[in-house]
Amino acid sequence: MENKKTGAQTFVLCNPPSISGHANVVGEKEGQGPLKNSFDVISIDDTFGERSWEKAEVEMQKQALTMALTKAKQTPSILDFLFAGDLLNQCISAGYAARNTGIPFFGLYGACSTMGESLSLAALLLDGGFGEWGAAVTSSHFCSAERQYRAPLEYGGQRTPTSQWTATAAGAVVLAKNGEGPYVTHVTPGCIRDKGIKDANNMGAAMAWAAYDTISQHLKDTNRSTSYYDLIITGDLGKLGMEIVIDLFAEDGIDITPNYTDCGVLLFDLKEQDVHCGASGCGCSASVLTGYLLNGMRAGQWNNILFCTTGALHSPTALGQGESIPGICHAVAISTCK
Amino acid sequence: MEMFWQFVRTFLCGGILCLIGQILIDKTNLTPAKILTLYVVSGVVLGAVGIYEPIVKWGGSGATVPLTGFGYALAQEVKIAVASDGFLGAMTGGITAAAGGITAAIFFGWLTALIFSPRDKG
Repeated sequence: MENKKTGAQTFVLCNPPSISGHANVVGEKEGQGPLKNSFDVISIDDTFGERSWEKAEVEMQKQALTMALTKAKQTPSILDFLFAGDLLNQCISAGYAARNTGIPFFGLYGACSTMGESLSLAALLLDGGFGEWGAAVTSSHFCSAERQYRAPLEYGGQRTPTSQWTATAAGAVVLAKNGEGPYVTHVTPGCIRDKGIKDANNMGAAMAWAAYDTISQHLKDTNRSTSYYDLIITGDLGKLGMEIVIDLFAEDGIDITPNYTDCGVLLFDLKEQDVHCGASGCGCSASVLTGYLLNGMRAGQWNNILFCTTGALHSPTALGQGESIPGICHAVAISTCK
Repeated sequence: MEMFWQFVRTFLCGGILCLIGQILIDKTNLTPAKILTLYVVSGVVLGAVGIYEPIVKWGGSGATVPLTGFGYALAQEVKIAVASDGFLGAMTGGITAAAGGITAAIFFGWLTALIFSPRDKG
């Protein structure tokens, strides 16, 4: 059997799956941001016609997957499996959205790293020959996440300077065993890093070390330098977390700044849209990947990107008990050629 | 003119208390819920040792409307209840003082929920 692992943590996909279709759905605020032209659907109504924020998020996942399948010119019945997740308890957005679809379903919780996690697992299964078609879907909604992690909107709490704005967004990727690029070529799953940060309003800093770990491990495993990639992009570290990653690489004598950015910094205009440190939530990296990044790759803007989604694996209960915030980062290398 | 200066004092007093809260949010990692509790407890302590009373006399509603004022009201009523009912007053005084505020919060909260729907903060 061929060896599909290189180095300590990186999987090499010998039969790189093709990203055949991708789509996203975002809310009004995201639709007013700098990436507005890269979204498939911008809803002016954040309830998506539903009676609760949680139901709205379910609707967003449904719409994103349907559009991604349409773009791949396929129907749901073609899918051999679906990996999906979100930020809510019991991953209800993913579970309820997949209800009645008839698609074999895996629900995932990777906090804001879920897009990278679901994309990785779907790509690995296809590479392993366990099917011909797979999909990865992820979402977050500002209003349901506030209720889940902080306080319901009605509470009207103040936001701190280091806080980030949970994106109201969903993204879906349809992968095919055979097809045209871009392709998923490498997957580096991350290890959990915990620097002892306990402030739930400073998640960028809590996740930055995990991002640095996974990116540097990926580069070491693949024997690549940062300049190999046209773009290295983290999920939702925000302004502060991004600065920490830049500093950590600088300590190694590496200047990562020329080709490094963060989805959380790109999604909103930090000053004009009053989002403090940037965007967060698994919909943030999902919508930036399925719009700006993959559209850009198809247009020839980039050939090789390293998509590194970051997650903070805490819960309000754990923080209430005095626990710190464990961070995770999964890196997925996407290339226009095999 | 006296009324004007009363408004100024009220504004300053309430404003300073809110400013302290804003600084706590920006500069510490205290959650809003912890700051809320801190304010109420501070009001109780300052009320009990007699420091808050002069602040109320000077700042009026600027001192009684913020959460410290709620704590102060608890402490004051407990003193009165203990004086009239003895030890039992320590149990009943606080709730008696808070009854108006709690009932108003529940009623107006319900009324607001009936009329308005929440939206995102954008």
